[in-house]
Amino acid sequence: MTTATDLLPAARGGTGTETRGRRFGAFRLFGGQSNSGGESTAKRVQFASPFLPYLFLAPQLAIIFIFFYWPSVQAIQSSFYLEDPFGFGSTFVGMTNYTDVLKSGEYLGIARFTAVFTALVTFFALSIGLLLAVKADGVIRGNAAYKTLLIWVYAIAPPVAGLIGMMFFDQHIGPIVELARWFGWDIKVGLNYFDTAFSMVVVSVWKQIPYNFIFFLSGLQGIPVSVREAAAIDCRSGFRRFWTVILPLLAPTAFFLLIINVTYALFDTFGVIDVMVKDKAANNPITLVYKVYMDGFRGNDLGGSSAQSVILMLIVFVLTIFQFRFIERRVHYN
Amino acid sequence: MFKKFSLAALTIAFSATSSFAATNITWWHGMAGRNGEVINEVSKKFNEAQSACALTPVSKGTYEEALASGIAAFRSGEQPNILQVFDAGAATIINAKGAVIPAEDLIIKAGHNFDRNAFIDGVRYFYADSEGKFVGMPFNSSAPIMYINDEALKKAGVEAPKTWEEFEAVAPKLKEAGYIPLVQSQLTWQFTENFFSRNNIQFATNNNGYDAVVDTQLKVTDPNLIMMFDKLKAWKDEGYFAFYGAGWNDNQKVFEEGKAAFWIGSSGSFGGLQKTAQMPFSATFLPYWGSIKGAGTNSFIGGAALFAMSGKSDEENKCVADFFQFLTSPEIQYFYHKATGYVAITKAAYELAQKDGYYKEKPVAEVGIKQLLLPAGDWSKGYRLGFYPQIREIMEREYGRIFSGETTVKDAFDTIEKEGNELLARFAKTAG
Repeated sequence: MTTATDLLPAARGGTGTETRGRRFGAFRLFGGQSNSGGESTAKRVQFASPFLPYLFLAPQLAIIFIFFYWPSVQAIQSSFYLEDPFGFGSTFVGMTNYTDVLKSGEYLGIARFTAVFTALVTFFALSIGLLLAVKADGVIRGNAAYKTLLIWVYAIAPPVAGLIGMMFFDQHIGPIVELARWFGWDIKVGLNYFDTAFSMVVVSVWKQIPYNFIFFLSGLQGIPVSVREAAAIDCRSGFRRFWTVILPLLAPTAFFLLIINVTYALFDTFGVIDVMVKDKAANNPITLVYKVYMDGFRGNDLGGSSAQSVILMLIVFVLTIFQFRFIERRVHYN
Repeated sequence: MFKKFSLAALTIAFSATSSFAATNITWWHGMAGRNGEVINEVSKKFNEAQSACALTPVSKGTYEEALASGIAAFRSGEQPNILQVFDAGAATIINAKGAVIPAEDLIIKAGHNFDRNAFIDGVRYFYADSEGKFVGMPFNSSAPIMYINDEALKKAGVEAPKTWEEFEAVAPKLKEAGYIPLVQSQLTWQFTENFFSRNNIQFATNNNGYDAVVDTQLKVTDPNLIMMFDKLKAWKDEGYFAFYGAGWNDNQKVFEEGKAAFWIGSSGSFGGLQKTAQMPFSATFLPYWGSIKGAGTNSFIGGAALFAMSGKSDEENKCVADFFQFLTSPEIQYFYHKATGYVAITKAAYELAQKDGYYKEKPVAEVGIKQLLLPAGDWSKGYRLGFYPQIREIMEREYGRIFSGETTVKDAFDTIEKEGNELLARFAKTAG
C-alpha cells in the first residue's frame, strides 16, 4: 500500500547521506529555483526561433490570464460602479462602495473575527499537525496504519467536514453538546456567537491537521539519521534537541505550511462556515469571504461585493509580502 | 460498421421527430427533494397535455442560487424562458425593467383570458406592480400559520389562542404542564413582514415600496412592532418562548419532538410535518394583537413566483403563456396543493379541493388558504423592497442580539432602520 507520504519527493529522499542542497519536497511546489545545485545539472535548451518558447508558454499564460487576471480586473472595475444585477444600467460611484464598506461597523467586526479566526486555525492546525507528525515519526511498529488513519481526514471535502462538525455540535443531537452540558457548558451553535466561533475553529482545524501532518512527517523523514544521531550524542534532552535541531531543519516546510494554512483559513473554510451557519449568518460569526458571497450572490449587490473582494485581494497581497519579506528571512534552506 | 452506426443515428433522429416540431422551453427553479420531483411531474403533465411545446425543468439548487444563475445567464444572453424567484428576491427582478415580460401581458398576448379576481386575495398583489398587473405568476405560495400540539393543549386544559393576548393567558398553564409554549421558525417572515400584514400596519413608505424605489424607507421602528419584540423578549425570559437561532429546523425540531405547544411555521411545511411530528397536531391562523386597531387582516404569501424572461422568440413566449395557463388550471393547482402542502392560488382550485372533501380529511391543509382569504387591509398586500435579502440578514443579526441580551429592542430596530434604509438608498441608485 502506498501512503501519501511515499509520493512526496522528500519522503523518497530517505535517510541517506545527501544532506547538502537537498530541498524539502514541500517547497518544490513553489517551483522556481528549488532545484538545488541545479545550475550545473540543468540542461540549457536553445530554441531555434525566439518565438517558440512563448508559443509553448501560451496555453499556460492564457489560462492564467483568463481565470486569474481578467476576473481580477473585472472585479476592480465593477467595484467603482453601482450596478443593477441584470446589467441594464450601472452608475459610476467612485470610492463609495469602499467607503460604505469600511464605514460599516458590521464589516469591521467581521474583519476582526476573520483575523482572530485565521490566527487560531493556523496556530492550532500547525501545532497539532506538527505534534502528531513528531509522534508518528517515532512510531516504528504499525506506522503505516497510524499514518493512513491520520491522513484519511484530508480526503473529506470541506462542506462534508462542516456537516459532520455540525452534527457533532447540533443543538439537539450533538454528542459534543451532550458532553459539554455534562461539564455545565450549554453549547448553542447557530445562536451563541462564541459557541459558533468555537465549533467553526474546531472543525476547520480538524480538517486541516492531516494536510499539515503529511508535510511535517515528510519533512521529518527527510532529516538525515546522521544529524539526529549527532544531536542525540550532544544533547540528552529530547525537547531541546527538537527546538534547536529538528525544528530549524523543518523551517522551510513550516514556512510553506504557514502560507498554505493562512490561505486555507481565509478562503477554504467557506464550506465549513456555510454549513455551520446554514445560509443564515444572523448573529453568528462569518469571515470576509463569506460576506462577499452573501452580498454578491445572495444580496445581488455586485458593486459592494466587488469592492469587498478587492479589499480581500489587497489583504492577501500585503500578507504575502509580509510573509516573504520578514518571515522567510528566518528560514534557512540549507 | 459505419453503416450500422449511421443507421442507428438515423433511427434515433427519426424517433425524436415527434418532439422536433415542438418548441422547447426551459424552466429554472430552486427546489430540491420532494418539491423538485413534483415540479418534474407537473412538467410531464404539461408535455403530455399538448404537443406544441416541450418544457424542461432544471433544478438550480436553492432559491438564491436559482436567482443568481438566472441573473448570470441573463447577462450572457443564455437565460431560461422561465425563472423561479422567491419572495425576498421579487424586487430585484421586478425592478430590473426589461428583464421580464409581465405574466399578464404574456398570457393576454397569447390569446388567453386573464382574470385577476380568479386568484385568492392574499396571492393577488405580491408579485404584481402597483396597478395590480401580474408581473410574476405566483407558483408555490405559503402563509405563516400556527401549528398546535394537541396533546399539550389537552394536558394543560387550554384552547388555542386567536390573539397574542389570549396566548399570554394560556402560556403559563402550558409551561406548568411541562411544555415550551411557543417556538417559531423565521422571525423576519413571521414576526416582521407578516406582523405588518396581519396587524395592518405600514411596513415602508411609498406604499410599502410598490410605488417607487427612490426614497423608499423602512418603518420598522413602529411602536407596535417594538412592543411585539419587547413581548417576545419578556416571554423568552419567562420561559414562554424559546429561540434556537435563525436556522429553520433548529426551531421546528422542538415542536416535532412534542416539546413545544405552538410552532409558527409555513403552511407549506404541512406535507413534511405529517411524517416527522411525533404527536397529533392541528393548526390555526397566525395570531394578531387584539389591542391594535384594525388588526386581524389577511397575511400575504411567501414562497416563490415564476417569471417569463425577456429576449425570447414569440413562439417560445406563447409556450410559456400556455404553461402559465396550464399551471393555474384548477386540476393542476389541486394536484400541486395536495402533493406539496403549498396553497392553491386560485379560487377555483380551492373550491375543487373543498368539493373533493380534501379538507374534511386534512383540515390543517386549509388553514393557510383561509388565512390568505381573510379580509385585506391597506397594508396586508405585500412589500417590494430592494436588496431585501440583505435587509433580512440585518434583521436576523439584530434579533439574535436582542435574544442574547446584547442589545435592546429599541436600539436593534434603530439599527435595522438605519442600515436597511442605507441599503434601500443604494438599491435606488442601481435601479435609477
